[in-house]
Amino acid sequence: MNITITLIIQGLALFLVAWGVMKWGWPLIMTAIETRQKTIADGLAAANRGQNSLEDAKLQALEIIREARTKATQIVDQANRRGGEMVEEARGTALAEGERMLDAARSSITTETARARGELRSQVGTLALAGAAQVLKREVDAKAHAQLLEDLSQRIAAG
Amino acid sequence: MMAAEVPTDMTGYIKHHLEHLSSGEGFYALHLDSIFFKLLLALIFVAIFIGTARRATAGVPGKLQCAVEMLVEYVATLVKETFHGNSRLIAPLAITIFCLTFLMNFMDMLPVDLLPFLAHHAGIEHLRVVPTADLSTTFGMAICVFLLIQYYGVKHKGVGGFFAEFVTVPFHADGVVGKILLAPPNLLLRLIEEGVRPVSLSLRLFGNMYAGELIFILIAAMTLNSSLASGMTYFMGPLQLIAGLLWTIFHILVITLQAFIFMMLTVVYLSMAAAKH
Repeated sequence: MNITITLIIQGLALFLVAWGVMKWGWPLIMTAIETRQKTIADGLAAANRGQNSLEDAKLQALEIIREARTKATQIVDQANRRGGEMVEEARGTALAEGERMLDAARSSITTETARARGELRSQVGTLALAGAAQVLKREVDAKAHAQLLEDLSQRIAAG
Repeated sequence: MMAAEVPTDMTGYIKHHLEHLSSGEGFYALHLDSIFFKLLLALIFVAIFIGTARRATAGVPGKLQCAVEMLVEYVATLVKETFHGNSRLIAPLAITIFCLTFLMNFMDMLPVDLLPFLAHHAGIEHLRVVPTADLSTTFGMAICVFLLIQYYGVKHKGVGGFFAEFVTVPFHADGVVGKILLAPPNLLLRLIEEGVRPVSLSLRLFGNMYAGELIFILIAAMTLNSSLASGMTYFMGPLQLIAGLLWTIFHILVITLQAFIFMMLTVVYLSMAAAKH
């Protein structure tokens, strides 16, 4: 347990090993560690950003859905309104058409009635004349009384 | 060379175990065993550390790289907190001191007779396997640290500042007369301080490891020359097992702690040397 010249070798050995570690070992390990730390930090930051943009996208999606819902409600309302209007219009048109047809029918009835009445009158006149001719027989000269008969038949037709 | 007969009495056994394999006489003796084991362990450390460093990937690290990185990161943080200068050497030096000292201390964990026994059969008479239980090793390391302390002192304070500090710290004076008066005590204190550091650094490690080794030797000597025919063997055998187990477990703490203390003090001394007053 005495100190000998060995100490020079031992001291030198320590220094050389430390120097070698400094030269060829330490920087490589440190670079690896620092690069990995940076990679991990970047990854975490990217994940954070992803999380944030996911949140944003979710909010945006909710907003869009809300808008779409509002718009859909509006469209349905509009459609309902338009439907109602169309029904109303159709009803109006139908009523007017009915009225028109009714009028036409009425006027046609009036015309028919007038025509039938006229016909009836002329037939009544003819019948009356025939009756009168039957009663009078020979006394009635068709030619002499033509004016009278004509006047009679006109009065029946007019009356 | 034929191995001499191994002594069989207790004193001879212990003395034999504390003898270095050396070449040369007196101060010029080389402790071949200390040098061999230190270089071998240094080689193992360098192979693992630099080998891992060269294969280090910034991607998913392997288990070995993880282990090395944990150590590196721990030491780097420690150095960053303690040493406020900018040095590329200090952290690698710290990790080298820690790992190398730990590995050398760890040789104490091997059965105390194992390597000397093998060496004996290979024709080597004396072998001490724990380089840190050799004062030459610890003192050599401490001298290396001491020289680095002086180097960092000069580097950070300049030659003038470095030598001015010798005579102006710790006692300050304002006048010229006061400065001259206080110079001798300042110088004396500084020389003591500087001299004590390597001594305490090396003796602390050496003392712990030497004592540890000695106790392992004593535990091993409990059953020295015992035979199965003797009743004492059946009493001492289990006792030796328990004692060896307890001391080994306790020593795991000691070898780690001593390696850590050597590293930590080195970093502290170097940061003190670099710090401006």
